[in-house]
Formats: sequence, structure tokens, C-alpha cells
Amino acid sequence: MALSLEHLDTITSAFNAREKAFEKIMRVCCGTGCITSGANRVYENLLSAVDREGLSSRILVKKTGCHGLCERGPIVMLGKDEILYQSVGKRDVAADVNLLLKTVTEGKVADALLFKAAGKKEKYVSPLEIPFYKGQKRIVLSMNGVINPEEIDDYIAHGGYRAPFRAFRMSSEEIIDWVTKGGLRGRGGGGFLTGRKWHSASAARGSPKYILANGDEGDPGAFMDRSLMEGNPHAIIEGMIIGGYAIGSNQGYIYVRDEYPLAVARLSKAIEQARSYGMLGQNVFGSGFNFDVEIYRGGGAFVCGESTALMSSVEGKSGEPRDKYVHTVEQGLWDKPTNLNNVETWANVPHIINNGLDWYTSIGTKQSKGTKIFSLVGKVNNTGLIEVPMGITLREIIFELGGGIRGKRQFKAVQTGGPSGGCIPEQHLDMPVDFDSLTSIGSMMGSGGMIVMDERNCMVDVARYFLRFLTEESCGKCVPCREGTRRMYEIMDRICKGAGKIEDLMHLEELGKALQWGAICGLGQSAPNPVLSTIRYFTDEYKAHIIEGRCPAGVCKEITTFSIVEEKCTGCMRCSAECPMGAIVGEKKKPQKIDDLRCITCGICYDVCPFDAIKIG
Amino acid sequence: MELDKNKLDEIILKYGRDKAHVLAIFQDVQKEYRYLPKEAVKHICMRLGMPQVDGFEVATFYKTLSLKPRGKHTVHVCLGTACHLKGGADVLLSFVRELKVKTGETTADGEFTLESVNCLGACALAPLVRVDEKDFGKTSLAKVRNIISEFTDHH
Repeated sequence: MALSLEHLDTITSAFNAREKAFEKIMRVCCGTGCITSGANRVYENLLSAVDREGLSSRILVKKTGCHGLCERGPIVMLGKDEILYQSVGKRDVAADVNLLLKTVTEGKVADALLFKAAGKKEKYVSPLEIPFYKGQKRIVLSMNGVINPEEIDDYIAHGGYRAPFRAFRMSSEEIIDWVTKGGLRGRGGGGFLTGRKWHSASAARGSPKYILANGDEGDPGAFMDRSLMEGNPHAIIEGMIIGGYAIGSNQGYIYVRDEYPLAVARLSKAIEQARSYGMLGQNVFGSGFNFDVEIYRGGGAFVCGESTALMSSVEGKSGEPRDKYVHTVEQGLWDKPTNLNNVETWANVPHIINNGLDWYTSIGTKQSKGTKIFSLVGKVNNTGLIEVPMGITLREIIFELGGGIRGKRQFKAVQTGGPSGGCIPEQHLDMPVDFDSLTSIGSMMGSGGMIVMDERNCMVDVARYFLRFLTEESCGKCVPCREGTRRMYEIMDRICKGAGKIEDLMHLEELGKALQWGAICGLGQSAPNPVLSTIRYFTDEYKAHIIEGRCPAGVCKEITTFSIVEEKCTGCMRCSAECPMGAIVGEKKKPQKIDDLRCITCGICYDVCPFDAIKIG
Repeated sequence: MELDKNKLDEIILKYGRDKAHVLAIFQDVQKEYRYLPKEAVKHICMRLGMPQVDGFEVATFYKTLSLKPRGKHTVHVCLGTACHLKGGADVLLSFVRELKVKTGETTADGEFTLESVNCLGACALAPLVRVDEKDFGKTSLAKVRNIISEFTDHH
């Protein structure tokens, strides 16, 4: 069966009529974050409560994808952006479900479930008022948290699958021209102009041609692609149909991490539904164009996020990158012309086709158009997923959307770009976020991980962390990366243990250059960035480790001790209650003592002490 | 252990005896046995007409595959960046202490295999621990024992 545009409109009106029959729609976020916080239980309890109270004709309960505010999950949204309830069921599921029902039956907004910013009194009813959402521009994520990702009709009813019809009326060149002029750049981190890539793949000789969607989000601290694949899988498929048509490819593959089982399940379901509607398969939408999509699961290898390694993995081999003197758009998967884009890039395509060039180019900066999804995590108050226009400043993201630094601590750095990026200090917080400015300060946009750190995070330890990560994940094919990351890790480890020498800084920079010049793939070439950027901006911290043999943040265990300042300690016993090792001893209301033999220097006592009576030594 | 070759063939046929799907076949076999037996690798290579060396290359390259038997439950402690900054390494050490195994090893009673993982993508709820298919967010040293006991058979 091939659906026409009219069919889609019929589906839309039928779907809308069905939903309008209900007095209220309750959307329970069932993204990975909220599920971890207990969303499935809330959903099931809510369903049965609605049934029990005889409200099934008045209230529709829906499962949706990630809403973004993972920190406060489980999130339940009432109506269209009317009321946002957070932390639902965290204390008592039955009681909270009751409050949800009362909102409808008695018209009473449940005060206890409303969002309140950390340290402030003001409560928000509508999500549109919450700074976390207010500062966003949700285009790619516009349907995340609204539609049920397992129901294709929901996607269609929200405007889905219209773009291919428009695209099929355009020529391949026209589409590629739009994507190029729209200035869409690769969202996986590379920032390469998507249209130019499409053009090369389209012009390349050879057949068949393949298109790939990269959902192998290996950057630690990032989960944008995951939420997109789980929350709105059809958007990716729709983008790929258009790309396939423009490039002249009949087969697409989506490569997803094995660590994301829910994404695999929802994408599989989406592909099945799209096939049954004739949106995939032979004669897509009756256009005469054949196109299908298949899913490949990764195997827990970070390097497979690199384009040539990913292709090697799809071919059933180990995922090792190769030199790119022959471009993958000419010879990629099975040596055929192949076009690979990140899943977020693909999900942007339908919006450009639907809304036009003028609209798209009006968003963002001169060189970076559109929006970017970030996973804002670490020491900010509102951790979660945000979509912001390019050009927004880091300060706005961290202090307005993110609600500032958690607790009484101070901002120290924000890490972007994962193991390929760097740590950005306070002085650059007013930098607009786009591809070029982040690169200019020694970091990079990357795929969108944004990890905020405070003074209790040690920058030397962070650099060592990324090197450990890279030594584990280096595929081992080229010497600069395999040996280079290892030697750099050894030096960093030495510094963290207080055995570093001042020449080590020079050696790190030298080795870093060797990697930048010599490694085969982008991941190896950018591997030194976390070290080089921290040396550049946080030299003092390195020197404290090397010269003074101390870790100012109290993180590096070998050179850290915690002790109690007697004059400040009130003997409130807060720390001894929290100490996992029972290492804090003393009588109530009298100064406590830390037993160094038992202490594992986890620093929990330092973090919980209300009187600053714990000293890092 | 005797391998059920019919079961293996069933999985292979699901993917159409295609070499390109060797990783997916291995993963499905691993799901069945909780690890990837060497004999299974050999059998699959034979069926797919690929040299064993290629099969073992794949089996040893990808981290999610294990040629060693795993415990009844696998504990994955996430060491992604957000988890690292919020004490993921200490949580891992705590599991090492409580389970009395090193990372990558299985407890003597075969109940738990302890592993670290370089990001599970639930960074907003760091530090994260995944046991089998269940995720635990905002974990702490104090919660480690509770997590373990949730998966311990109480006789």
C-alpha cells in the first residue's frame, strides 16, 4: 500500500479526533532517564487508576520519549505544555497518581509536584515558563515528549512524513542545493557541510550507493542521539528517505550502539510501521523510488563512531578506521559510494524541506545554522537534554537553562566535545556556541556533550580520565594513537600521583603534537585536546600537583588527605553518618576525627559538612 | 558444555547466513548463553564460510562480547565523564569491595560479573549502575549493598 498526501491528512484528522475526545492528555516521559527514575511504574499505576476511577473516557495516558529535564524525572505533562509535573512517584507513586487525577477531576493543580528552581521559592506551572525550557528552541526535539514514539500515526498527526512529498517534486540537485544553502553542518561533531557531502556522494560513480545514519554515540557524557532515536525515530527515517532520493541510494543503514537497547527497539518498530505504510520498501509513497532501511547494532567500541570504522563494522569486520585519501563518498561501504550523517543531522532534513531555506537560515550564526542538541550534565542544577539555537553563549546555557552550579560551589570549567574536545574556563563563557568559536579556544562542539565542572573537580584528573578512556578505546591500528595515548596516560597518571616532573608538561605537548600529525583518524588526531586545553587554561593546577605535590580539588587520592578543623567542627555527626567506611570517629557535639587508615578519600565528608570544617590537605 | 547447534543455526538463518551480520549473530548467541562460547564462534564461521581468524577478530575486538563465561548477573558501573565527575570510580571500588572481585571478573559463586563501561548515556542521572537490564541512577557508595541484595537469591 502506498499512501498519498490525502491519506496522511485522513490519518491526521482521525488521530486528532480520537485525542480531542478526551478532556485531558497525560504524557508520561518514558525516556531512559525517567525510566531509571521509575517512569514505568508511574505509567502503569496511572493507567490502572484511570481505569479504576472510571476516567478512561476523560483521560488519555500516553507514553512519550525524553522530555529533557532528566534530573527531575519522572516527568508527567498535562495537556499541551499546560502543566509540568516533576519527580512524580519519587516518594509515593499511589499518592502522586492521585494528585494527577485530582488535577482533572477537581481542577486542582498539585503544588507538591510543580517545578521549583534549586534554592528558589518560585514554582512554575507551565514548562514554557521554566528557564530550562524557555531558553530553548526545539525544532528537532519538537515532538520529543509530545508523541508516542511507537505510534506512527502520532508522528503523522504532528506533521510527519510530509517532507518526502515535497522533496519528490524537487530534483535531486534542488534538494542538495537547499541543504547546502541552508548551511546544515554535520551534527556528529565534524561540522562538515552536509550538502557538500551529499553532492559528492550523488556525483560519485558506482552503484549501488549507500546512506548511513550514525547513532553510535560513544562520547562519554552525551546522550542526544539516544534521546532522539528513542523519542522520535521516524524523524531520522524521514530524513534518510529524502537523502536517499537526493543522492540516488536505495539502501540505508542505521548504526546504533548496543548499549542503547531501547533505541534499537523503537527504531525497529518505527521501520516496521513505515514499511507497512509503504514509506519504506518498493515504490516509496508511490513515487517510483525504492528505499529501505536496516539497523546494525554496534559492539561497544567507541572508535566505531568514526565513519570508516563504522563502515568496516557494518561489513562484519572489526571496526578499524582507514586513511581517507580515497573519500568514503566515493568508496565507502563495500567500496561503494557512501554518505554518512549523524542521526541528528538526518532529523534536521525534513524541517529544512518543510519550512524552507529562509526560515532555516534565520536561525543560528553566520557560519553555523540551525539548532544544536546538547546533553547538559555534571555539576549544574538542571541536568538534561536541551536544544538551543547556535550562537547562544555558554553562560546562558549553564546559568540560565542549567540553573547554575549545584550547591554552594563555584564554576570551574565546562567540557565540550568529549574525548576530542577540551575544557573551557570561566573567561570564555561568553563565547557564542557554534562550530568555529569552540574550535578557536582549543575545544570543539563535538556531538553535543556539555559537562560542567566545579572546584571539586580536578582538571588534571579529568585529562587523565580522558586518556584512560582513549587508551581503552584506541583500536590499536596506528602507532601514534595506540602508543601515544598510552605514554601520555602514564605521564598523567604519574602527575596525579604526585610523582610528576615539570618537564612532563613539555613531553605531553610534544606527544600531543605527534598524535595530531600522525594518527590515522579524527579520534586519534583530536585525542590530545583534553590534555592540551587543560595545560593551557589550568597550568596552576598542574603545577600544584607537580611542584607542591597536592591536588587542590581533593580528587587525586594518592596526594589527598582529609582532616577535620577542630575549631570549626560542631560535632553534628553529619559526616560520620554519611561516611561509607565508618572512618569518622568522635563523640556527639565534640570535634570529630578522621581515621586515616580507614579513609578512602572519597570526600563525601567534605561535601556534606555544613560548617566547612573539613580541610583538603 | 554441549552447544545446541540447531539453536545456533536458527540464529544464523535469522540473518540469512550473511557475513555482514556476524556481530549481530554473536550478540544473539551471547544473549542465549550469557557469553560467546569459542565452539559457537567456530561453528558460525563454518556456516558463514569465513575463516575462524576473522570470526575471532570480531569476537575479541568488540567489548560487549565475552569469550569467558559470565555470571548470572552482570553489573555495569558506568565510568562516563559525568559519572566519573560524580564519583563513579568510587562506586566501582565499592562493588569491588562488596563482591570481592576485580573489575572484569566473576564472583566465585557465579552470581555476579563486575564490569565497567565507558558511558551508558543516562548522564543526567550520574553516577549510573546497570545490573542486567535495570538501570540505577544517582547511585552512591551507600546504595551499593542495596543494589547487590536486590539481585541476590535469598534462600
